[in-house]
Amino acid sequence: MKTIRIGSGAGFSGDRIEPAIVLAEKGALDYLVLECLAERTIALAQKRKLQDPSAGYDILLEKRCRPLLPLLAANKVRLISNMGAANPLAAAKKLQSTANELGLKLKIAAVTGDDVLEYVRQHAGNLKAMETGGGIDTYTPVSANAYLGAEALLPALASGADIIITGRVADPSLFLAPMIHEFGWQLNDWQRLGQGTVIGHLLECAGQLTGGYYADTNKKQVPGLAHLGFPLAAVDANGEATITKVENTGGIINSATAKEQLLYEVVNPSAYLTPDVSADFTRVQIHEAGADLIRVTGSSGTDRPAQLKASVGYSAYYLGEGEITYGGTDCLQRAELAAAIIHERIGAQFEDVRADIIGVQSLYPSKQDAKPAEVRLRIAARAKNIEAAMLIGEEVEALYTNGPAGGGGVRKSATEQIGIVSCLVPRDIIKIETHYFES
Amino acid sequence: MKLYDIAHSRAGDKGNTSTLSLIPYKDSDFEWLCREITADKVSKHLQALVKGTVTRYELPLIASLLFVCEDALDTGVTTSLRVDPHGKTLSSFLLEIEIGDR
Repeated sequence: MKTIRIGSGAGFSGDRIEPAIVLAEKGALDYLVLECLAERTIALAQKRKLQDPSAGYDILLEKRCRPLLPLLAANKVRLISNMGAANPLAAAKKLQSTANELGLKLKIAAVTGDDVLEYVRQHAGNLKAMETGGGIDTYTPVSANAYLGAEALLPALASGADIIITGRVADPSLFLAPMIHEFGWQLNDWQRLGQGTVIGHLLECAGQLTGGYYADTNKKQVPGLAHLGFPLAAVDANGEATITKVENTGGIINSATAKEQLLYEVVNPSAYLTPDVSADFTRVQIHEAGADLIRVTGSSGTDRPAQLKASVGYSAYYLGEGEITYGGTDCLQRAELAAAIIHERIGAQFEDVRADIIGVQSLYPSKQDAKPAEVRLRIAARAKNIEAAMLIGEEVEALYTNGPAGGGGVRKSATEQIGIVSCLVPRDIIKIETHYFES
Repeated sequence: MKLYDIAHSRAGDKGNTSTLSLIPYKDSDFEWLCREITADKVSKHLQALVKGTVTRYELPLIASLLFVCEDALDTGVTTSLRVDPHGKTLSSFLLEIEIGDR
């Protein structure tokens, strides 16, 4: 039976670069997918595009792709990535010029159509934020992008493009698209689309399937995390797959790593919704088929959702933060005194001034009678403008000479926070276009 | 004994919802976990952090549980004031739950 080999070379925008190079070099791949677009990333990219029309794609695009392109060309591996972010056209042009510099002849496709900001602005009064139930018109959107499905990539795949650059596409759909293309699945073949979506979901976070974000120092020891290998799947025409990694890379793949990733970010295992299908993860079976080799079977699916989900980015607030460390006997009490001083001075100016004592209670409720050797106090608050946000760090810094004894290591920051809410948009407002560039 | 001694977990986030898997090292411990680690028990354990409903899903074919915790991330990943806005460390907190003998 025909199989295709799909590698996952990046699981988020800040991911390591060299695991993709190893996959392109030694993975015997047909496709390499780089998933680099978190919810908020595209809103930040949209802001860059507003300042510079030739910007707005992933800032690591060239750094990530330059070493890959010669390997992809030599080994006939096709690249699929959402690194186009808010500007897939500019990303494609950038890769075109990079390929020219490298003397490579490549066909690059840019897929557009996910940007629904105009629609969302015009219909804000009728759109509801899925998280809160409130109207979208209570936010000031800076970006709005619909999650496109695998279907959006099919024209580019059919064209023979070597590189396909998109904006917002549902993460598993980046992997499902080449399966649909290669095996000729119908777009209502819910069983296969469900199965392929499970494989895409397992792969989409790259190293999180191969022991990254899994390791612990006792029962979950993972060798070679410093040179973690990323996963690749050999998928057959039924969407069932064998998943492994390149030999002699770090990490592990077994049923435990796969279970953690299968359930990651899943809010309903019997109805995992993507633009393509409602996939049923409750029927998935995972078998260890060898060393660092798993076989994934059994998923199915039902009709895709009627509407598409869109992420709406909005300017939420300015985050002000300041940190200071105390050590030795009674350091916890001095940190608490410092927090009380901050509250007395600026507590009334902010809705919520949060004081975390890192090492004692910043993550979980504190335990009684904690006697830490050292603690770090973090003060954080939401502010309406950047000046107010800067005040937080300035007040923490002033504790050096005005606060409890022995405070050290102050750091401060003030940053604009882009918030994200989701809403549903009709499918028929989406106009997919595929643009081609040849080097 | 803590859950940490017999199971592992990964936290995920969607908006203001945290998803926490609970996966026993031994498949044969799955039924025991189903009996002992109810949604209510998890909800009480996380009550200082999770303000909404906790729903438990059972996945017997992979011998795993999934807890979906609503209103868990101080308004959500992108707007939370917490040190860990994604709630990634909630998985470790889940594993602090004490469990009796089999």
